[in-house]
Amino acid sequence: MRPRGSRREVFVWYTMRVSGLMLFVLALAHFSILHFIYDPGAQTADFIASQRWNQFFWRAFDWLLLMNVLLHGFLGVRTVVVDYIHRPAWRDFTLLLLYTTAVLLLIIGTQVILTLPSATAAQ
Amino acid sequence: MIRLPNVLRYRPREGMIAWAFHRISGIGIFAFVLLHVLDIYLVGGNPKLYDEVLAFYKSIPGRFLEVILGAALLYHSLNGLRIILIDLWPRMTAYHKLLWWGSWVIFIVVGVPGGLIILRPVWLPILQQLGLG
Repeated sequence: MRPRGSRREVFVWYTMRVSGLMLFVLALAHFSILHFIYDPGAQTADFIASQRWNQFFWRAFDWLLLMNVLLHGFLGVRTVVVDYIHRPAWRDFTLLLLYTTAVLLLIIGTQVILTLPSATAAQ
Repeated sequence: MIRLPNVLRYRPREGMIAWAFHRISGIGIFAFVLLHVLDIYLVGGNPKLYDEVLAFYKSIPGRFLEVILGAALLYHSLNGLRIILIDLWPRMTAYHKLLWWGSWVIFIVVGVPGGLIILRPVWLPILQQLGLG
């Protein structure tokens, strides 16, 4: 049910659904490729550089997945925090910690996708 | 007559179980994503350490945790789709039980083969030992 009331909560509600639909495709595709077609037990740093991320498409794909997962995951945990932590000071502190973590993951995730040199497959 | 503790006597309905599972699987996936962004960062910073971390997936406990991750992801995706469907199309509420059980049918049909693929290194040697592989 769409929340009544504040415009912000309605916006969060839509964001969860739109990013959720995106993730239905992006996250399930990412998991299927890297866990069914390939085996994570065999995924070395060399595999990432020379196969997974040797094309712009897959870097863009994984970056889009990262953006949606951060939006969806952190807004989801925000709901959980607001549900269970009632003391305003604690709640604000936890949310601050949560948003800081999100920004940090956004930065390091983007950095590695942008800067990792792609290698040609070592045969 | 045996008296069950109240927690066990209460029989939750589909919606409440769906909500609880959605929350638990969501938090689990969230925890994995935190670790996963950190581990992928190592590919650039410390590739050797990355290889050592990823070798965990080869171990038996690693395989089972991988299956749990996949199950959480699949449940959360299917249940999320069910929520969106009901939100966009409130008349579907009349069929909420069908949607709930239907999502479990898809969960089993997709999840069991998926789990078997991930666990292949666990069950294949056993089959071969028995002379069936």
